[in-house]
Amino acid sequence: MISRPPVRLVARLDVKGPNVVKGIQLEGLRIVGDPAAMARKYYRDGIDEIIFVDIVASLYQRNNILEVVRATAADVFVPITVGGGIRTLDDVVAALRSGADKVSVNTAAIARPGFLKEAAEAFGSQCVVLSVEAKRRRNGRGWEALTDNGRERTDVDVLDWVAEGERLGAGELLVTSIDQEGSAKGMDLDLLVAIHDRVSIPVIASGGAGSPDDVAQVFARGAAEAVACAHVLHYGLAEVPDIKAYLTGRDIVVRPSPAF
Amino acid sequence: MTTTADNKPEPVTSGAAADPRRSGTIVVDYGRGNLFGLVRAFEQLGERPIVTEDPESLRSADRIVLPGVGAFGDAMAELNRRRLVDPLIEIGRRGTPFLGICVGCQVMLQGGDEYGQHAGLDLFEGRARRLPEGNDPVERWRIPNVGWRSIEPSGLPSVVDHLAADDMVYFAHSYAPHMPAAGVVAATMSFNGHVIPVALQQGALVGVQFHPERSGPVGLSVLERFLRLRPAAAPT
Repeated sequence: MISRPPVRLVARLDVKGPNVVKGIQLEGLRIVGDPAAMARKYYRDGIDEIIFVDIVASLYQRNNILEVVRATAADVFVPITVGGGIRTLDDVVAALRSGADKVSVNTAAIARPGFLKEAAEAFGSQCVVLSVEAKRRRNGRGWEALTDNGRERTDVDVLDWVAEGERLGAGELLVTSIDQEGSAKGMDLDLLVAIHDRVSIPVIASGGAGSPDDVAQVFARGAAEAVACAHVLHYGLAEVPDIKAYLTGRDIVVRPSPAF
Repeated sequence: MTTTADNKPEPVTSGAAADPRRSGTIVVDYGRGNLFGLVRAFEQLGERPIVTEDPESLRSADRIVLPGVGAFGDAMAELNRRRLVDPLIEIGRRGTPFLGICVGCQVMLQGGDEYGQHAGLDLFEGRARRLPEGNDPVERWRIPNVGWRSIEPSGLPSVVDHLAADDMVYFAHSYAPHMPAAGVVAATMSFNGHVIPVALQQGALVGVQFHPERSGPVGLSVLERFLRLRPAAAPT
């Protein structure tokens, strides 16, 4: 009898310039705080991983995301993933040199799928997270992959794309439900189950978590290995130890919050 | 576990200050991975490592840290290209404290089977092999193995022998050590019904498959234990 591995609770911080921002369905953005300070608080609270998403893909502009990563990696000793504007192998090197452990790639991978393969061969699959922004099709037939932080349509089918991404060497999937994003009304379990069944690599679910129970439902269905929380943490609907205690109470194994 | 981020331990004397011919802790840079986080983790413990790819400066190190991400063959190729292989073998064999992390741990083995057969540094007997697949479609552990896992210390004195049952450390890997004998296995992990070595130690030679620098206070405590290792007598 093998029990499932411990799940991960991830804090997702969408960053624009020097600020963490939050919107609904990736629109109507509000400033919610300082990225490094928020990451530090979540670290002390026992978060298992941090994901930064540069929503304006400003890698080479002033106040760029790599400065945020450096400031965070200085005293946050859990894995850090950075995404938004990663287009070349040099971008990956720059992210890793700044203290990131992994990069997440969406737009560049859809534009040129071979980039996933090149990055996986150079840095290992465990370093390459394929980020997928999924929007339910109006006709109800599956989901379409969006790019540019939900701004552009592609007509690419999400389920086909994640299978292709795994084949090309992605080591994890970050799946964002655009329909649920920022709603705090629960995660898109249909989407997550469909994706999880389609691939053999770990899945990080994102979009819609508004309560510890929303997080627990994903794990209870076995629909993801990790859940990324934004709204629920940023607006204080629940704290990291609350969510972990809730999961533990439902026999979902998760790293206990450490004693500092 | 004794070390926490706020409760800094006494700085570990590296010897570098006392003896200008010594270089303290050296982190080997071969163009891969998150060295910034690793250096910051040591700094949190009061140690200021030198990051270098210069083979000559390795020889004066009080201790060596070999990080690594990516594939086994690629890592060995990068070490070869920088002429680091012979110095690393020499340093490892003479008993200087030596810590390999993740792929850095794997290349301490005789060889690895990722994308073909590759020779390693041969500091530990064994090979890096792909993690075993699970059979149950629901309960199987996925590969890459990414996340926080409990590990089980073997009882041998080691840099992980203080870990408690509910302590977890962070892994991100598809390959792991496969050992012919238990003699140097300091800790194991259960994975898809198999027992996988995830920490190796023989004297001052240490390899860990997990990332202590990404494993919160528990991971920092492992690094602190490594900093306190004394050079071992060279094996005969």
